[in-house]
Amino acid sequence: MQYIVIQRVTGLLLIIFSTTLLPPILVSQIYDDGASKSFLIAYGITLVTGLVLWLPVSRVRREVRLRDGFIIVTLFWTLLALVGALPFAIAEMPHMPFTDSFFESMSGLTTTGATVLTGIDDLPQSIRFYRQQLQWLGGMGIVVLAVAVMPMLGVGGMQLYRAETPGPMKDNKLTPRITETAKALWYIYLGLTASCAFAYWVAGMSLFDAVGHSFSTIAIGGFSTHDQSIGYFNNIAIEIVGIVFMLLAGINFALHFLSWRSRSAKPYFVDTEVKVYMGIVVLISITSILVLHFENTYDTWQQAIHHGVFQAVSVATTTGFTTTGFHLWPLFLPALLIVSSFVGGCAGSTAGGMKVIRALLLYKQGKREILRLIHPDALFPIKVGGKPMSDRVISAVWGFFALYVFCFSCLSLLMIASGNDMVTAFSAVAACLNNLGPGLGEVAGDYGGLNVASKWILCVAMLLGRLELFTLLVILSPSFWRT
Amino acid sequence: MKIIILGAGQVGTSVAENLVNEANDITIVDLDSGHLEDVQNRLDLRTVVGNGAFPDVLLNAGAEDADMILAVTNSDETNMAACQIAYTLFHTPTKIARIRAAEYLSHPEIFAQEAIPIDVIISPEQIVTDYVQRLIEYPSALQVLDFAGGLVQLVAVKAYHGGPLVGHELRALRDHLPGIDTRVAAIYRKNRAILPEGDTIIEVDDEVFFIAARKHIRAVMSELRKLDKPVKRVMLAGGGNIGRRLAKSLETKNYLTKLIDHNPMRAKSVAEDLNKTIVLYGDAADEELLMKEGIEETDAFCALTNDDEANILSSMLAKRLGARKVMTLINRGAYVDLVQAGGQIDIAISPQQATIGSLLAHVRRGDVVAVHALRRGAAEAIEAVAHGDANTSKVVGHAVQDIRLPKGTTIGAIVRDGEVIIAHHDTVIQANDHVILFVVDKKCIPDVERLFQVAYTFF
Repeated sequence: MQYIVIQRVTGLLLIIFSTTLLPPILVSQIYDDGASKSFLIAYGITLVTGLVLWLPVSRVRREVRLRDGFIIVTLFWTLLALVGALPFAIAEMPHMPFTDSFFESMSGLTTTGATVLTGIDDLPQSIRFYRQQLQWLGGMGIVVLAVAVMPMLGVGGMQLYRAETPGPMKDNKLTPRITETAKALWYIYLGLTASCAFAYWVAGMSLFDAVGHSFSTIAIGGFSTHDQSIGYFNNIAIEIVGIVFMLLAGINFALHFLSWRSRSAKPYFVDTEVKVYMGIVVLISITSILVLHFENTYDTWQQAIHHGVFQAVSVATTTGFTTTGFHLWPLFLPALLIVSSFVGGCAGSTAGGMKVIRALLLYKQGKREILRLIHPDALFPIKVGGKPMSDRVISAVWGFFALYVFCFSCLSLLMIASGNDMVTAFSAVAACLNNLGPGLGEVAGDYGGLNVASKWILCVAMLLGRLELFTLLVILSPSFWRT
Repeated sequence: MKIIILGAGQVGTSVAENLVNEANDITIVDLDSGHLEDVQNRLDLRTVVGNGAFPDVLLNAGAEDADMILAVTNSDETNMAACQIAYTLFHTPTKIARIRAAEYLSHPEIFAQEAIPIDVIISPEQIVTDYVQRLIEYPSALQVLDFAGGLVQLVAVKAYHGGPLVGHELRALRDHLPGIDTRVAAIYRKNRAILPEGDTIIEVDDEVFFIAARKHIRAVMSELRKLDKPVKRVMLAGGGNIGRRLAKSLETKNYLTKLIDHNPMRAKSVAEDLNKTIVLYGDAADEELLMKEGIEETDAFCALTNDDEANILSSMLAKRLGARKVMTLINRGAYVDLVQAGGQIDIAISPQQATIGSLLAHVRRGDVVAVHALRRGAAEAIEAVAHGDANTSKVVGHAVQDIRLPKGTTIGAIVRDGEVIIAHHDTVIQANDHVILFVVDKKCIPDVERLFQVAYTFF
């Protein structure tokens, strides 16, 4: 372990992060909401801490090694969640306890979108803006992390899958140099956000809302500047814009890059993962619409369609925007939506969940076992998009799945142990582990009613989900610290 | 004709064998002197040891005045380089090369005159694959050959009890099948050719060769025997070049295909390559494996490995266990007769016979488009183009009955501007007609060639 290198990178990270506290100050000045002081204090603390960490070791020039990478990635989220919580805790409005501030900040940075706040509409503009911005920063971190950094660490089945797939999709490192890749992804992220904000604005949002919601849409976060989320606007055009951009943000950013570079939409139509992803979303939408209609939840077909599709897309991509309380929907729909968030979006996107490619590989593996019973002597290679996957990838995915189930069960049990009912416990852990946001039961609207212990458990769930388990679990394993 | 053959492998030697008999000067080049010695002992030709792509070796083989170079070595790259060098240094007029890799074949512009000048690309594996596939499509046929790009087919069928025409004169065919035109080109009875006339009576076990437009083949066949049910389930033994290609092509046509290979590495790579085919790792002659995979419900079993004995044994076993139709790839000529006489294997396929035709077409004088060797090379079916006019040509402007055909030769069909015309006594041949002939005796082929050559006054 090279603690000096870690210290240097961490210090640098904090210094960079401190500058992101400046835009809210600007917003605060524009709207004159009187919250700029808390941001200034938070800015000062963060900057000074960063400088204190960085300055003594700023001259150290040493390569970041693989091991340090795991720690840095984990620190990125925990430390930033910590300093990100400062404005919430310092501000007079909302004057939140430390646990709540941390929860809100973690939920933002991991693009979960679970909130402990109510009465968001009455908060100072700068705080409302800051929440959205946290999600946007988190989303950007994820993209760079998932597409550029994680493959270098060799974490997770998805990265292996990419590296071993021949053909155009192999371009895991999209450009020869990682900084170039990160830059390209940053442009795409920025471009998507700008067009999303513009579309929202055209569809009828105020500029403030449009920018704020574009942040949380492209990050697949789910924070809103209103208590009622997207439902506040009651505007079909806005919902359609939301649906389109949530779907786009749930697609692998490497595909966006390929399609942008080749100036054609072909990469989307070739990619198996995208096809399956779209298939799942369509299937869930149709199921929702049919159930809503035949259970007479809404008066008209039209309402069933627009609520059905919006909620299906929002939950299946793990965004977590709501137009209506889907936890009140009839029959199995609430459960179906929560379950669909386990699949989540595509690998390499800002979406949470286990990722479509892993679900697809698990399905194919299951199918293969059945076929093997029928034809004991036959060979059934698992192929994605016509390309065979190595058994190493399959076993990595199985390992991931097993850990996912294990983490889910443990955290759920802990939630129940800390005094929550079953529905709340399971759905809250699912919503946080999958970085979805809204759950069922007590946590259908906000997480404010939970006790302190539950909130900390859920913070761990959010971090686990965001780091795709392995990155965090590696650090927790004793062998990592030996040697 | 002076011909240089590069590569003394299976294809090279069998081509040499066929061409030597036709008064060609053949030089065969190979790296392996042992191979060459073997060939030289059997056949009347010259051999040169060396890499066929080297200019010196080509020169030594007589490239300066060669009419044709036939590059059939194992390596696509050697074949391409040899053709390029022969063209650049020696201006060899006809260059034929075997190219197998689909990566090259999918870019035909590579083989343009100004790039890598190859006049004809042959892919023996593909030819054999197509051959087997046609047999699977017509399970009642012994042999199915394409002419004029598949517009016309020549089909060999064994007449069985129950065929409406069996026991009747040939001319009854027209009453049986009004509106369908066909012509019986030859009948083999107890391995001897009979020239079919209107009053020839078809007997049980006759091997009947008839020519018809593709869409009429099934109807004609049903006159000669009870038609087999169409094939649905196919089992292939051997995942080599042929087995793999065949499986790939069959799975796109919705056949239920299974492929067995005993080499674990190859089985794995085939399984990764194919999508719907079930690839089994095991021995095709393993009774238990065949039973487990439902051999008794298999419509066609094709043994396609390199090993004749393994092919024969696994086919016989498959037939015994209940496979409906059994086809076997057999390289050795002697085995072909042996196996088919026994009757345990339905169709023996000789890869050499299947591929030689595509090469013979380029060796023949006159404008010959396609040649198919039949009955182990004793007979031949030829597609030739008639040129010239009534004065310069012996065929153009003449009715079929007036053409002085060598004995044992019949004109089966004519393709004129994409239209199929079945030849009758009074059909008049026009310029640029594709004429499909059936030659029972190979000795007559020079006469046939001469018929289709245009007199000098034409030029």
